[in-house]
Amino acid sequence: MLAMIRKEFRQVTRDRRTLAMLIVMPVVLLLVFGYAASFDVDEIPTVVVGPQADQAAERLPDLFAVESVDPDETAGDAEQVLVAGDAHVAVVADSTGPTVLIDGAELFMAQAALQATTAMQAQVPNLSVEVLFNPDLDTSAVLVPGLAGLIIVFVGTLVTSMSVVREREAGTMEQLAVMPFKPKDVFVGKIAPYFLIASIDIVIVLLIGTLLFDVPFNGPVLPLALGAVMFLFVALGLGVLISSVSENQAQAIQLALMTVLPQVMLSGIIFPLSSMAAGVRWIGYLLPLTYFNQVAKGVMIRGAGLGDLLVPIGLLVLLGSVIFGLAVVRFSGQLRPAREKVTA
Amino acid sequence: MTWGTDRVTVAYGSTTALQEVSVDLQPGQIAMVVGGDGAGKTTLCRTVVGLEEIAAGAVRRPPRTCFQPETSGVWADLTVLENLQFVAGGYQLPPEHSRARIGELLEVTGLASAADRLGRQLSGGMRQKLGVAMAVLSEPDLLVLDEPTTGLDPVSRLELWSFINRSAQEGRALLISTTYVDEAERGDVVVALDEGRVLASGSVKSIIDSMPGRLFAASESLGARSWHRGDGWRVWSPDGVDMPGATPAHPDLADVVIVAALLSETS
Repeated sequence: MLAMIRKEFRQVTRDRRTLAMLIVMPVVLLLVFGYAASFDVDEIPTVVVGPQADQAAERLPDLFAVESVDPDETAGDAEQVLVAGDAHVAVVADSTGPTVLIDGAELFMAQAALQATTAMQAQVPNLSVEVLFNPDLDTSAVLVPGLAGLIIVFVGTLVTSMSVVREREAGTMEQLAVMPFKPKDVFVGKIAPYFLIASIDIVIVLLIGTLLFDVPFNGPVLPLALGAVMFLFVALGLGVLISSVSENQAQAIQLALMTVLPQVMLSGIIFPLSSMAAGVRWIGYLLPLTYFNQVAKGVMIRGAGLGDLLVPIGLLVLLGSVIFGLAVVRFSGQLRPAREKVTA
Repeated sequence: MTWGTDRVTVAYGSTTALQEVSVDLQPGQIAMVVGGDGAGKTTLCRTVVGLEEIAAGAVRRPPRTCFQPETSGVWADLTVLENLQFVAGGYQLPPEHSRARIGELLEVTGLASAADRLGRQLSGGMRQKLGVAMAVLSEPDLLVLDEPTTGLDPVSRLELWSFINRSAQEGRALLISTTYVDEAERGDVVVALDEGRVLASGSVKSIIDSMPGRLFAASESLGARSWHRGDGWRVWSPDGVDMPGATPAHPDLADVVIVAALLSETS
């Protein structure tokens, strides 16, 4: 038995990368997720509009982080700010009495805002409160758009990386390199099935979400489709990049999980970004799922249009261009590394 | 036009995998690259087809060069027919020609009855035959096969060699690596490698004729320059002096490769 244990230890210590992952990554993950795992909402981005906006803004509790006060804007303007996701509470202080509009797409913020406004109603009896987009604060409505993103990450990153590494392990990648394919032919051919499968998966998830769990689909399809395609490019690019630095499928799985886990925890799907410690929150802002989640939630729950989602879609395009571009360069380089003098 | 390498050097960091290796082969010829593990056979094959970056020298290969890697290069999740069809598509063979060529290769390799079997369900011999069939499908001018017969049973080896010879007769140049010296004797040209360096090269006859000194047969080991062969021993005399207790023997390729290795060690 001792011989068996000794042999196992030798094997484990020989794979330095796995060993590092087994020892260092839990510590890193615990620290990162420890600071991220919080449902406590300390502040809610808020806009205040209407003729009495200044007075209303002064009387708001600290929970509401007032980002703008504009007496000239109307309830319609305020609602548009919430649709775009630029703030999650809007206070309309006009002649009909103060109204608090709460963004129901951000579950924990909405719950905190509701709690705070209920307390405020004791001092301001004519204060009316309205939860927009997801009035019942339905959990599945908030989670399903993010789940669609998670499926893209799973298929795009994990499965693609394994598929490319498998091809290399089997020695068939060398065949492809010698055949008269251009690297881009192999690249596109390799990822095309996963692109299609992930696209079908998204449609299935969203159909089940809307038909079975009554998740609303309030906005136009186009921005969501655009965001999904861009996000899919990022995920597929990540998959190919991971495969390019992995020697075998086990390493590819480990690395892929290292990109999937932070996206699950830090993209705002489960824990609100505003509840996270500032340093951890910035990691969230670097993750593509954060922006897909904003697009999906924006379209499905808030009914946002393309114009409202230009920032997250633009960032997905940027991330997609960088990551996909890097993946193409690395893949092409690895497929035909030789630069030798050849006489035909 | 001849294909091959001219004094090619390939290095992985500080390790030299190939050092000034030259191979020269003409259409219809078979060049055998023979050597033990780590000799540089796979690196040479990969270099010829353009998969390795070379530090010095030059590679001469025709535009249509095909390769069968050591792993056979068969896609495990595709059937025999699908593997061949994919390669035909990759080389953009006209559909009619492709169908005829695939049918012909299935017959020649004896894989017709296994056409619908998945790559992973094939025996080692069948998989290697399919690998060679895939490599030869597009009728390349140069065919590079990396250890196609390693691990095969004698019958499968013979069948594969019959197929390989047929390819050479069709005018193709073949570069084949092997660990078996007896198999290397089938080549028109032989390159014996050791630790990335050429121990001997040329035709089997020229290599044998070029052996310095003399070879003797003995019933027992006669020192450091002795090696076991069959039911007896071979002894090499570098200066050709008669060996007491040993009789003169005709060297074969295996003997000469061993002598070359001994010479290489002493130099």
